Amino acid sequence: MSNSDLGEGVRTVAPVLLGVVPFALVAGVAAASAGLSLLEAMGMSVIVFAGASQLAALDLLSQDAPLAVVVVTAAVINLRMMMYSASIAPHFRSVSARWKAVLSYLLTDQAYALSLTRFGEDDEVDRKRFYLGVAATLWVVWQLGTIAGVVLGAGVPDSWGLEFAVPLVFLAVLVPALEDRASIVAGAVAAVVAIVGGGLPLNLGLLVAAAVGIAVGMTFEEVAA
Amino acid sequence: MTTSYGPVSIWGVIVAIGVVTFLIRVSFVALFGRLDTVPPRVQQALRFVPAAVLSALVAPALVTVEPTVVETLTNDRLVAGGVAAAVAWRTENVFATIGVGMVALWTLRFLV
Repeated sequence: MSNSDLGEGVRTVAPVLLGVVPFALVAGVAAASAGLSLLEAMGMSVIVFAGASQLAALDLLSQDAPLAVVVVTAAVINLRMMMYSASIAPHFRSVSARWKAVLSYLLTDQAYALSLTRFGEDDEVDRKRFYLGVAATLWVVWQLGTIAGVVLGAGVPDSWGLEFAVPLVFLAVLVPALEDRASIVAGAVAAVVAIVGGGLPLNLGLLVAAAVGIAVGMTFEEVAA
Repeated sequence: MTTSYGPVSIWGVIVAIGVVTFLIRVSFVALFGRLDTVPPRVQQALRFVPAAVLSALVAPALVTVEPTVVETLTNDRLVAGGVAAAVAWRTENVFATIGVGMVALWTLRFLV
């Protein structure tokens, strides 16, 4: 019974892997072109295991941004996972503390979305095993994709502009996040501030743009409501 | 561009981001029972994080401000990005978005 829940998790995540593979390849390519060794690139994918923040950190590292700015920027990008943590927490309440740590480490956009959908449909499904089937599969694919990306990235000429795949990945994740007028306003304001603030000292443009975008989005929502 | 930072700095950054990210992920899972919900105000702010952060990441990579409006708008990265955004909107498919965006960039760069 519970083993089949693990297998069901793996089957549920399979179609999603088609979107994760290119993302992981790009993370590997970006690490190689930022000058990271294969070991450092792997270390980042294993220790951080959060694609968007990895790409942003690599971009800032390649510009020699202050290390504190790199860390804070990556942290802000990952703040959204606090919402996932709160939302999935009741489903993990009967899991041991050690497993809570493992399951949390594996928390990603996709693992959260797929698991919560399934948990909503079915009270019987084993939470830990289904989630593990989804999240651990994503982890394995992410690591293999990163390695492939580092190897691939080293062999492609610069004129191909492979680094352009990074904003394309962000674009693919951004478009579905623009779900209503308030989030479109937040995104548009952040975009303008980021372009104008490109020359801000210490590579603070991204953080300032994100903060202004969030503040304007919240204000818009309150005024419009 | 490659980074000028050495291995110690790079590993330090990786570990620091990893620790902070883990604390974010484990936060409410570990606190369940003591702190069950995100305060509404914080929840409202977090809702806008993906839209704001991702836009701030994408925009400077696509837009380079040139002396004239026409030059700014006909930049190959902006045009290819516009095509990719349309694909992302219609398909919500990462693979198709990257594929079409890269082909659009190569077409503009090498063929047009």
